[in-house]
Amino acid sequence: MITIETMDRPAWMAVLARAQAAEIEALLRETASLPPHRIIRGPEIGLTMMRGRAGGDGAAFNLGEATITRCSVSLADGTLGHCWRLGRDRRAAELAALLDACLQGDALREALLTRVIEPLRAQQAQTASLTARRAAATEVRFATLATMR
Amino acid sequence: MKPGFSDPVFDSQEGFSALMQAMARPGRIQRCQMLRDLPDGLQPAAAAALLTLADAETLLWTDAQGEARNWIAFHTGAPLVAEPGRAQFLLAIHNMPELAALDPGTDETPQESATLIVQVEALVDASGWSLTGPGIETAHRLSAQGLPADFLRQWNANTARFPRGVDLVLCAGEHLAALPRTTGISEPNRLKESG
Repeated sequence: MITIETMDRPAWMAVLARAQAAEIEALLRETASLPPHRIIRGPEIGLTMMRGRAGGDGAAFNLGEATITRCSVSLADGTLGHCWRLGRDRRAAELAALLDACLQGDALREALLTRVIEPLRAQQAQTASLTARRAAATEVRFATLATMR
Repeated sequence: MKPGFSDPVFDSQEGFSALMQAMARPGRIQRCQMLRDLPDGLQPAAAAALLTLADAETLLWTDAQGEARNWIAFHTGAPLVAEPGRAQFLLAIHNMPELAALDPGTDETPQESATLIVQVEALVDASGWSLTGPGIETAHRLSAQGLPADFLRQWNANTARFPRGVDLVLCAGEHLAALPRTTGISEPNRLKESG
């Protein structure tokens, strides 16, 4: 279970990579304003090759290409924030990179984790659980001789 | 960390155009001023040439250290190698590596040879060396300060193994000029003796 105390960089990056720009902006409006930042790279859209393994342990094969957007920003003190996310949302990539940079410093971390990241994480967990339950409701169990025995 | 190209598409096209003109007209000085805010040690033309040429699929060697090295690694995405002989692109900002130690390609695939970008102290048109070869109508004058003392010996050995050999891009500040392996260099005083 992820709580605000155990939330580390991979955890907040995972949340930010899935959040929509509008959701982040809405939560940011109620939080302290973010420090000025400088764009180091992007936001730019490109493709990445996704690789998979059959059954999870077979030989790696190329599954297909996915669109990603990446952005890196730097704060006045030199802290770098990065974001790589699926899709083409430039604004979301820039906001996520900026938040990643701010979350690394102690000054804003507590407030941002409580007011931005945690609500986003809760919302994402709820959506995932809803999708899982909807899918579970349509699951079909095939009764075969092997399972009946 | 300092930013790279502000517009990656148009800036790298401008860099490519400058490099292509420089290679087609050896010794002619081109300008590359897309990058203005750079880490210590890197100059605009050399940095722009490197960002234009190197990417994640090219092996890169550089003697830049510290912030400049991090900047190069981040913005090119190219794997940095320790041995100059393995690299396809090289950037020398302090000491030029021996030309003989770099990858000259093979007789079947001379295009796979290394390209060396050297940051020199100054590049001046219309004085110094006399350049001859493809892309130069009669002779072109160029002088570069800050190269090793035995540079001409190394360069003559490099041109002697044509079609193999390395190509050179000399950069100083916002200016760059290329010396492809087909360009012959003679010192001006030798010309006077022979003439």
